[in-house]
Amino acid sequence: MPGAAPLPRMVAAQARMETRLLLRNGEQVLLAVVIPLIVLVGGIEAARHFDLTERPAVDVLTPGVLALAVMSTSFTSLAIATGFERRYGVLKRLGSSPLPRAGLLAGKVGSLLVVEALQVLVIGTVAAFLGWQPKPSGVVGAVLCVLLGTGAFASLGLFLAGALRAEATLAVANLVYLLLLAAGAVVLPAEAYGGAADVVSLLPSGALGAGMRDALLDGGLPVVPLLVLAAWTAVGTALTARTFTWE
Amino acid sequence: MGVSESPAVEVEDLRMAYGATVAVDRLSLTVDRGTITAVLGPNGAGKTTTLETCEGYRAAQSGSVRVLGFDPQRQRRDLLPRIGVMLQDGGAWSGVRAVEMLRHVAALHANPLEVPMLVDRLGLASCGRTPYRRLSGGQQQRLKLALAVVGRPELVFVDEPTAGMDPQARRTTWELLQELRTDGVTVVLTTHYMDEAERLADRVHVIDHGRMVASGRPEELTRSGTSTIKLVVTEPFPPTAPASLQAALGAGTEVQAVGAHSLLITGPADAGTLAKVSAWCEENGVLPESLTLGQRTLEDVFLQLTGRELAP
Repeated sequence: MPGAAPLPRMVAAQARMETRLLLRNGEQVLLAVVIPLIVLVGGIEAARHFDLTERPAVDVLTPGVLALAVMSTSFTSLAIATGFERRYGVLKRLGSSPLPRAGLLAGKVGSLLVVEALQVLVIGTVAAFLGWQPKPSGVVGAVLCVLLGTGAFASLGLFLAGALRAEATLAVANLVYLLLLAAGAVVLPAEAYGGAADVVSLLPSGALGAGMRDALLDGGLPVVPLLVLAAWTAVGTALTARTFTWE
Repeated sequence: MGVSESPAVEVEDLRMAYGATVAVDRLSLTVDRGTITAVLGPNGAGKTTTLETCEGYRAAQSGSVRVLGFDPQRQRRDLLPRIGVMLQDGGAWSGVRAVEMLRHVAALHANPLEVPMLVDRLGLASCGRTPYRRLSGGQQQRLKLALAVVGRPELVFVDEPTAGMDPQARRTTWELLQELRTDGVTVVLTTHYMDEAERLADRVHVIDHGRMVASGRPEELTRSGTSTIKLVVTEPFPPTAPASLQAALGAGTEVQAVGAHSLLITGPADAGTLAKVSAWCEENGVLPESLTLGQRTLEDVFLQLTGRELAP
């Protein structure tokens, strides 16, 4: 007898498949781990020469580098992968399978969380060797930031992939990543941007970076950044729900 | 609940347009359960649009579509686990390995076929670890067919299943589709290959410009045993030629112009008819390029119904 597998099994299968494909792709791994590590090590080196803060540079920079890693996976990698899934007809193919659209999205989010866990593990280990000492009381806040940050960036990434052709998605997703890396208050705090501080802290990148720093550097629950990320998640989800199609 | 007694597919008065282009024009057709039905027509005839409406990809703009008794749009979640779909343009991740993709789609079904059996059956063992983008066209087609049947569907839609396949792979595909029918699975296939429709289908629906132009068993459509003579001439013949040849041949034969250079004569292909055709050519100063005797085929049926060649 034909029939659909139970939903949790379908979602798990989809998440496994997407994780394998993400990790198989060399550029994605570069984006996900290598670039954040370069930013971390480079930032620490630069701080040694300029002596930017009274706190250890690795403690200041690592939360933002983790935020950058989350952004690269949940926004750039997801948008590019989804854009090409549409181009190659994978989404259309899955559209005639028993996997419902919500199951596809859940599978995608599942695979993002697995990849992010691996990123945190690698970057956290390297940072620990460099002397990183996060505040244990901030772990809950940091996990909430990663979850809501993933929600915000993933919904925006899916919207992008639904709105543009695959090549344009590739270009725009990378461009936005670079712009946010440079000017989005991810690694450097919003105060570093002078008069634009209020604006950049309302960006999803600024909120995620600030939230991670509030949590891991000061050990608090970053209420305002979490609210900003929740708002971006709502906006991104609404946009994606209106526009996302299988073809 | 009545759902199991309904025909496999019921399309009634379906109309689909893309902007000003009418792709499907008040089409009605029924597919009985347990049969192989071929939807035959040239490229752009509306075959894929009709199929994708049945698969729930697009809503019927007017008219109605029921598949296994379900509304393919509103009851999509009930319908999809019961059908298998082989898309013409749907694919796989470019980096996914052939067997990996098959296992993945199998995992989405409650009671899938055994993957190794299917791999073996469709000759995918040698390319099982090859990324999808490196598979040959025929291998991709076979994988797509495997993806369509792995969930043990009650009904499979296969869009141009043997396009790009070598003769060996075509035969394997035909055998598999016939086996599915033996197991009680309904098969709906689109094709523009006459031999595929003639050889496989219990029923053929011929579509052109989104309309049904003929429908029936292949042997009914071809009136099996009816012979034909095809006359191809070097210079375009005058518009009066078909009528003049018809008059020369008399009752019992049917003459039809196919394009500017050929005439299709349906009727007894005996020495008498041939002699009359030769005499007519001589009288009218027509130089025959070829004169072919044959059995009437679906190709001829299509030519007679639409005045056009079927092959792209």
